[in-house]
Amino acid sequence: MNLLNAIFVDPFAQMISSPDLLVQTIWEGFVGGVLYALIALGFVLIYKASGVFNFAQGIMMVFAALTLVGLHEHGVPAWIALLATIAIMYALAVGIERLVLRPLVNQPDIMLLMATFGITYFLIGLGEWVFGGNPKAMITQQLFLPSGALDFKILGGSVMLQKLDIAAAAIAIVMVAVLGLFFQKTRIGRALRAVADDHQAALSVGISLNQIWVIVWFTAGVVALATGIMWGARSEVSFALQVLALKALPVLILGGLTSIPGAIVGGLIIGVGEKLGEFYWGPLMGSGIDSWLAYFIALAFLLFRPQGLFGERIIERI
Amino acid sequence: MSENQTVAAGEPLLSLQHVSLSFGGVKAISDVSFDIRKGEIRAIIGPNGAGKTSMLNVINGFYQPQLGRILFRGEARRRMRPFEAASQGIARTFQNVALFKGMTTLDNIMTGRNLRMKKSLFWQALRHGPALEEEIAHRRFCEGIIDFLEIEHIRKTPVGALPYGLQKRVELGRALAMEPELLLLDEPMAGMNLEEKEDMSRFIIEANRHLGATIALIEHDIGVVMDLSTRVVVLEYGRKIADDVPDVVKADQKVIDAYLGVAH
Repeated sequence: MNLLNAIFVDPFAQMISSPDLLVQTIWEGFVGGVLYALIALGFVLIYKASGVFNFAQGIMMVFAALTLVGLHEHGVPAWIALLATIAIMYALAVGIERLVLRPLVNQPDIMLLMATFGITYFLIGLGEWVFGGNPKAMITQQLFLPSGALDFKILGGSVMLQKLDIAAAAIAIVMVAVLGLFFQKTRIGRALRAVADDHQAALSVGISLNQIWVIVWFTAGVVALATGIMWGARSEVSFALQVLALKALPVLILGGLTSIPGAIVGGLIIGVGEKLGEFYWGPLMGSGIDSWLAYFIALAFLLFRPQGLFGERIIERI
Repeated sequence: MSENQTVAAGEPLLSLQHVSLSFGGVKAISDVSFDIRKGEIRAIIGPNGAGKTSMLNVINGFYQPQLGRILFRGEARRRMRPFEAASQGIARTFQNVALFKGMTTLDNIMTGRNLRMKKSLFWQALRHGPALEEEIAHRRFCEGIIDFLEIEHIRKTPVGALPYGLQKRVELGRALAMEPELLLLDEPMAGMNLEEKEDMSRFIIEANRHLGATIALIEHDIGVVMDLSTRVVVLEYGRKIADDVPDVVKADQKVIDAYLGVAH
């Protein structure tokens, strides 16, 4: 009886009695969710266009952030370092297309997956060799990212929003909007969607798969850079950050590997759900709830909607 | 010899010379030669497994033949990739409709303009200035094709939701949007009812006469083939067994045997 009370009644009573804490928790979950969504978006972009589950997505994020900070440490001005990092992500996309995707075209999916494991360890090695393995601080100020917090006195208490979190959410939203417009309204965007739908038909209208792969991996690289900057600013830039990519997996389970809206909404659900669970039910379950709760949410969701959030119900003709 | 008397002799647009294609030990095409002349409707017929689709795949670069030469506009081609074939003016449709199912009819047809849209990625990303003007001009062109194919009512429908006959029409529209010099149609009327076949025949003839596309088509409906085509090439087991105007091919004993079977 006590336990049921603690699970089903108490948390909700707390939510109602101190709404400011609830808003605070939802906000923090929202910011985390936006960043999960960006990581998941990187997976979805690459999976849709090249059919590869890119295990290296997490390390691409770390590598991009590390390159940015590392260049700055070597005396390169922040903005030039940012542009140089973008150029390096482009070179990486070209390199991956030439050396990995092109030779492995038409190979089984598992080969491509294994190849992305290879890319992961290559990038870890390269990053450590060039920039060293020590954690670094993100160059927040040099990139004009705000710091400090805004304190709102509302709901009979106070809600504190980190300015950095506001900036992160704003950048993520703008980025998703720009990508969405790009996909829906431009020739390259149409070509990307075409490749995702049907490789052969795309070839027949003169779309070059190789070019599309470079664009997609580059886009995923830029998204990884943005995510890396923001996660790096919230904690620090280190190889440990790549485990955050694992947080994108329940997002992908929830949203589906092929749906961009799925990645976004899934990211938000996981982010907010995780924070609420951690704050209100965490004490009950003991520590470490944050490492499995996201998966729990995703699996519980799948019980009711096996095709995922935006997935199509697959009806097979027999 | 009789060919030149009965058919206006156009320049050969594409000519295949002693082409052979095999997959491992299986010979799909053995030593086939024929040409496609500017402005004609060229039919490729034959029983199932005769190598007709393989032939189209060779022409638009999906397959690389092991032997033989291919001349397009008088120039010999070396290895060619599909998107290079497309950029030289070869468009095609597929036996099993290959559309972009999640995209609308208009977007599908717009992909056919892919190679003709040249503005840089930079402007496109901004969707501004020259890129926007270009987008609008191409869209107008595609609306013209939509009118021509009488599919205005499904412009904004995702094609995955359309019935089969309309999907075939959208696929033809996508190919026409490329303004192809050579249009390859792989069974454009498969699975259609009589009325749909008549519509499709009309579109093919108009595309040929008014849009100036040279057409090579594979079709199983012999009546349609005889009505539409200028010349017919017949394949059986990867070999060419006849190549002439429809009336001659129809009377050819080898063709009749191939279709009806013959006691050996």
